[in-house]
Amino acid sequence: MDTDDRKQRYRKVAYYPGCALEGTGHAYNRSTKAVGKALGLELDEVPNWNCCGAMEVKNVDPKVQTYLSSRVMSIAANEMHADVVMAPCNGCYHNLKKAEYDLAHDAASRETVGAIAAKAGHAPYEAGQVETIHALDWIMHGVGEDELRKRVSNSLRGLKIANYYGCMYTRPRHIFPEKDQGPGSDSTSKPHFMDDLLEAAGAVNVDFPLKTACCGGAHTLSDSDLSTKLVLNILRAAEAAGADVIATECPTCHSGLEMHQVRAEKVLGEKTTVKMLYFTQLLGIALGLSPRQVGVHENVSDGREALEARGIA
Amino acid sequence: MSIVALARDAGDGPGAPMPRTGADPGTALVDAVEVRLTGVDALADPRDAACAMLAVADDVLVDWAAFRGDTPTQATREGFRLLALHRQGAQDLPSFNACRETCREIVYHFNLLRPADPGDALPAEDAARTRVMMGLLVRHLALFVGGKMRSARVGEFCCASRPIRQDD
Repeated sequence: MDTDDRKQRYRKVAYYPGCALEGTGHAYNRSTKAVGKALGLELDEVPNWNCCGAMEVKNVDPKVQTYLSSRVMSIAANEMHADVVMAPCNGCYHNLKKAEYDLAHDAASRETVGAIAAKAGHAPYEAGQVETIHALDWIMHGVGEDELRKRVSNSLRGLKIANYYGCMYTRPRHIFPEKDQGPGSDSTSKPHFMDDLLEAAGAVNVDFPLKTACCGGAHTLSDSDLSTKLVLNILRAAEAAGADVIATECPTCHSGLEMHQVRAEKVLGEKTTVKMLYFTQLLGIALGLSPRQVGVHENVSDGREALEARGIA
Repeated sequence: MSIVALARDAGDGPGAPMPRTGADPGTALVDAVEVRLTGVDALADPRDAACAMLAVADDVLVDWAAFRGDTPTQATREGFRLLALHRQGAQDLPSFNACRETCREIVYHFNLLRPADPGDALPAEDAARTRVMMGLLVRHLALFVGGKMRSARVGEFCCASRPIRQDD
């Protein structure tokens, strides 16, 4: 697709916030909307959206998860007549992409989705009706680094950032056919869209080798100690890399890093000081929005000091 | 499930046995890696440390293969057994790919610490930082694999999780 065509296509997208962005990830929701508005991008929320099936439903019956994700895309395609669905949550993004893949390649999935959709009384989603993108794609292709650089009014002034993408933004590779396509596309082994956008906003990205490593997110309830150790290792690596802040693009990872940073100190006596901020919060601040407008006060990890130390907020 | 002991030569550094202290295989693995990494700290030369840490990483995946009832491969990929072991460990288990980049980063850091051409050796400060990072990567691999062992009986926990009713 031509760059300008895509820019036009991403100007207005169907917005699927997902459950986390109405709860623990509310600051991500707030900052995504604020950044979109500041950049002239429009979000049209999918009405009556449902859970994507997350990990729980997938464990019980993956085809029901496929249906749940497909229903969101069906509403976007058949009721909103949208071309693009944007999901900022890695879990939702991953599940919608997976449903898209399954419906394109697996007749049994199509049959199950068709049967449940008929029972539910709506048109089944058919593969290819909409394009699912992440918030990173939305800003990277809807605006781009050059345009973003021009719009920065409050540079991040060399704030050192470790960009943490988590495990679901790039895995499994086969459900993300648009990635690994050379210049202009993101990489599944070394994703860089968040790095590129934040660098355009004035930040300095540190070399962070755990950017796609497991944070133990889904382990949090069943094996909290392990999650705490995984997160502690990520926090230590970020600090060893010299980061002031870990930028995140997934509400589950973000909450996990925040909660287990506290828990690591409480349970293991291991204190780390690196702060977590959503990449949309950092971009919003760079675009001149106040920390409050992008919900920094809602974070457990208080990044204001790190921002103030650089004269950013 | 019993712990599969590693039959390796005794001694410090590469080839040292993986000591066992924990109550379950996953915890035992993580504990063993901590002991081994503490031993690596004593090595003065970052090149030696790199070899020792790579050996620990290999052993983590050797344990994983044995835990799954497989014979750990002796093959290499791109010159590293670690990458071949990862490929073996991820067979029929897509979620295990969540540690693929961790393995590749371990190899990358090893190459930084032990470049093919000694003239490309890192300055001391960079080598020290790279060594610390490689240790964190190996620890992350152990935590991830240890978690996989611990969760083996209760089902998958990752994004590409296995349906519990797949045999229905």
